[in-house]
Order: sequence, then structure tokens, then C-alpha cells
Amino acid sequence: MAEPLLFEKSVPGRPGYQLPTLDVPLEPLPTDDLRKDLELPELSELDVVRHFTRLSQLNFSIDTHFYPLGSCTMKYNPKINDELAGLPGFADLHPFQPEHQIQGALELLVLLQKILAEITGMDAVSLQPAAGAHGELTGLIMIRAYFRDRGENRHIVLVPDSAHGTNPATAAMLGFKVVQIPSNARGGVDLEALDAALSPDVAALMLTNPNTLGLFDENTLEIAKRVHAKGGLLYYDGANLNAILGIARPGDFGFDVVHLNLHKTFSIPHGGGGPGAGPIGVKAFLEPYLPLPVITEKKQEASSIHYALDENRPKSIGRVKAYYGNFLHLVRGLAYTLAQGPGGLRKIAEISVLNANYLMQALKKYYDLPYDRICKHEFILSAKRQKAHNVRALDIAKRLLDYGIHPPTVYFPLIVAEALMIEPTETESKETLDRFIEVMIKIAEEAEKNPELVQGAPYSTPVSRVDDVLAARKPNVCWCS
Amino acid sequence: MVPEDRLYTKEHEWISIDGKKAKVGVTDHAEEQLGDIVYIELPKKGGNVKQMTPCGVIESVKAVSEIYAPVSGTVIEVNSTLNDHPEKVNQDPYGEGWMFVVEMSNPSEVSSLLKAPDYLGLVKA
Repeated sequence: MAEPLLFEKSVPGRPGYQLPTLDVPLEPLPTDDLRKDLELPELSELDVVRHFTRLSQLNFSIDTHFYPLGSCTMKYNPKINDELAGLPGFADLHPFQPEHQIQGALELLVLLQKILAEITGMDAVSLQPAAGAHGELTGLIMIRAYFRDRGENRHIVLVPDSAHGTNPATAAMLGFKVVQIPSNARGGVDLEALDAALSPDVAALMLTNPNTLGLFDENTLEIAKRVHAKGGLLYYDGANLNAILGIARPGDFGFDVVHLNLHKTFSIPHGGGGPGAGPIGVKAFLEPYLPLPVITEKKQEASSIHYALDENRPKSIGRVKAYYGNFLHLVRGLAYTLAQGPGGLRKIAEISVLNANYLMQALKKYYDLPYDRICKHEFILSAKRQKAHNVRALDIAKRLLDYGIHPPTVYFPLIVAEALMIEPTETESKETLDRFIEVMIKIAEEAEKNPELVQGAPYSTPVSRVDDVLAARKPNVCWCS
Repeated sequence: MVPEDRLYTKEHEWISIDGKKAKVGVTDHAEEQLGDIVYIELPKKGGNVKQMTPCGVIESVKAVSEIYAPVSGTVIEVNSTLNDHPEKVNQDPYGEGWMFVVEMSNPSEVSSLLKAPDYLGLVKA
């Protein structure tokens, strides 16, 4: 390890703080509450600053490396978004400030809601959910509440096998029975299997579209028609919205609920696994179920508008998040959307799709391409050919690190063996894409001629190949002296 | 590797029948596709399982999959060695990597299972 742990650098008695002289009577903590075995590292402030600065320099991030992580839309996060989110009027807001002091913030949220409703073709939006899967959870709770209101006991959620893994997980978490719908030979939903699964027990179909094969389902309208015909609702997982932004709208396909990932499509940082922002949009009949609070607009005299936080909504599913969503992320998302404008959003979809197809065409000679048709924003290669030389998708992923490229998503979707899921996004230059092609061809050659080299990668990273099997079988997450 | 002396499911379980008792495991193809197995949740001894209904979970470094009961009945024995040594399924899926034994409640269900050549055809397709 290039950088020791703080525990290893600790020197007993070395203080990292300086307290002012005590000017109040000393009141010791009750001795029963004091732990004697609390082995916190003891370092000076400078040691700690250097430690974390060095760690930050080891980051493999979108700001340092190409990051084609499929289905994660690792696009550039424009710095102006952070600058705007850092304005004191936004950054220093307190969630308990009275309504009349936060009119600007509420106006901003309402504007973002309207823009997202327009982009997705939905009637109402809630910005509360803090992540994509949180949006799914919120959406499905609303669907459940809707059916309960109607006295319908629908307990099944249909999920195609090319969906994001969070779709079945969310449905299962809410106690729905998950029924998987297989894909057809072209990578879309198998309509016959869908028909067979549809029944009065089905609450919803969750569709990731484009799906995790990077393919837009050609039968989307037909799927929507058939689910609605049996009284079920349609949930659109918008994690892959980048591919159709400004071109097509889930609301127009017939979808009833949609979630968006602002940390994917709308350029806010993914940030260490969270927090993100996963707003949901719904059709008008579901609006009463939106989570609390809902922002209302009231026209006042002199044509000004008063924004209020409405908590009195009897059909609402209640709160899903403290305060008002991840507010500063919503500022970033709005800044990005306004900077792009409608034409810019459409261009994002066009270029991200073009970039993915450019890579796919260049690489399909060297890797297996299980679904050889024009893709959307991402595509799936299979390392089946390389596996014949005992080089797996995982080895290829590790080898990419040696060339300064973040690996694609591997082993997902599960329906493709040795899957490599590649999503370049629209923000990469042709030079970067060409270098990726060159490196992937090089690794394919290495796999054939020198498989041991690829199997042992990475060599250039601070930590070489980790034993993920041992880590999973015997996890050891404590530092013990 | 698909031994001739047992039957198979489409979900890649094998079953070895001795009277009313049926020993169950997953196939070599299954363990190979899963990669290194890190955790196995087996059905409880004494519990009931239903044919082609999930009764356990296999977790590998790549994915989490369900174990389906090839036949219905009562679980009379489980291979608890797998709790600490899930790698046995990778090393010896048809032997030491066996998972549980079911006392069949409806032996006629066996007719719906695949014979070795049919299973081989399935995984080669």
C-alpha cells in the first residue's frame, strides 16, 4: 500500500488539536460512560491533511480518467454547476427557515420540476428521492397506494431480465412478487412471455428502456398497450434516459411513473456512492399520492407568486426523505439543464449514441458482440473469445487500469456471459474514444499471446490485484493492532 | 461434465435418487458460470420444499442466484460443511459440494426432470 493507514501512523500522545484556556468550571463526564479501549489514531493536523490529500491523488475518477462504466453515465460534471450550488444563497440555506425566506429556492425547485415534467412527458414531478433506487421505491409505493385506494389487490411486479438489478430488488423489498420476463432474440421484451405473465394480479411492469443491453425496445408502445389492457401500470426506469433525451418521452409511450437519475443524465456528481438525486414524474391520476411536501404556487396580487410547502395531502404516501431532497444537487441539475437548453439536450442523446456505436463497430472484430444491431448509449461485448485463453472479463477490466482507463461494468447484464458493458457518454472526444479502441485491441492481443500478463493485472496501480474471493468469504473490516 | 447417473433441472440443479430420498446439488456448468462461490444459504432441515420453487441462495463474487428444489418434499439432511467451505461447490459440485437431501412427497415429479444428454444439450445451446 502506497499510503499507510492513519492507525499505522499514529504516535501515542501526539495531539491534533489545540483547545482554548478553560473559562468555565470543569465538569468531567461520568466515568461509567468513558471508554478506555477506544483506540483512535493520534496525529497532528498536518499528518492528517497529507494523508487525505495523498489518498485523493490516488483517485480514479471522471476528472482524471476515461470512465466508460456501463449504465452509470459517467459524463463530465461541469464545474460551473458546483460554483452555482456553492452560492451562499443556496449553500447556507437552513431547512428550517420559514417559507417567506426561501421563496427563491422553492421557485428554483418548481422550475426544475416543470422542466423535468416536460422532458419526460409527465404531469407532475417530485424532487424528493435521493437516488434512482429511492425513486423506484417511491414510485412503487405510490402504485401500491393507488391500487389499495381502488380496492384492487395486485401483488405482482413484472421485470424483464434485461432490467437494472434495482428494479426486481425494489419490488421485492416492498413485498411484491417479482416475475421475470425473458428477452427475445433481438434483446427486447418477449411479448408472448409478457402476455402469459399478465393477469389481474399484476400491479406494474418496470421497464428499463433502453435496457441494459443498450437497446431500445422496438415494441415499447405495444408493451404499454398490453399492460394497460390488463389494468396494470407502467414504470419507466429512466437511468438510461441519456440515450433518448430531447428525442422521445416516456410519458408519450404511455408510462405512468418514471424516475430520473440526476447523477447520470443531468451531470451531477455520483460522489462516493451518494447522495444522488432520483426525482420521479407521474401522470395526473397519481399526483395525489406524491410524497410530502409538495410545493404549491399561489398567484398573489401584483402578479407575484407565493410558493408554499403543502403537507396537507390526505392521499400522499408521506415523507420519503428529510427536508426537500438533496437540494444542492437539484441546483446543479437545473444549472445543467438550463445551460443545455432543448437543443443541447437533444444533442446529448445524439452524441452519446453516436459515441457508443463508434466504439461498438470498431471493437466487434476483436470481441464477441452478442446483439449486433445499432445500439443506444451503451453496448455489451462478451469476453467469450478471450475466455478460451483463460482470460475473463474481470481480467480485461483489471488490465484497462494499467492503461489509465476505468473498467466498464462487468458481468452485467446477467443474460450475457462474460459481459463487458461499455458506455462512453457524449462528453468524450474522438481522441479519447480512439485511444480506448486501441487499448481494447491491444488487450485482446495480449489475451491471445500472453494471457498470464492479463490475468495478473493491474501492475501500475497503488494496490495490485485484490483477492475479492477472500474478502467476500472472510471479510475483515476492522483495523487491529 | 454431466454425469449419467443423475437427473437435472433447467435451472442447473442435479438430483441423485435413492428410493424416496433425493440428493441435490448444482451442476459443474452452474458453478463455472457463477465463478468463485462465497456464500450459500441452504433450506432448513425439516422444512418443506416445492418443486421448481426457490429454496436457497448461492452468492458468488459475480452474482446472487437462487437454488430451486428439483422435487417437492421434506428436507431431511443439509450439507452444513458448505457454511464454512462454499468453495467445495466449485471444487467438487457432484461430490462434496452436494447441498441437501429431500424425502420426496411426490416421486412422480421426477418424470419432469432432464436426463444427462438433454441437460448437456441445454448448456451447449
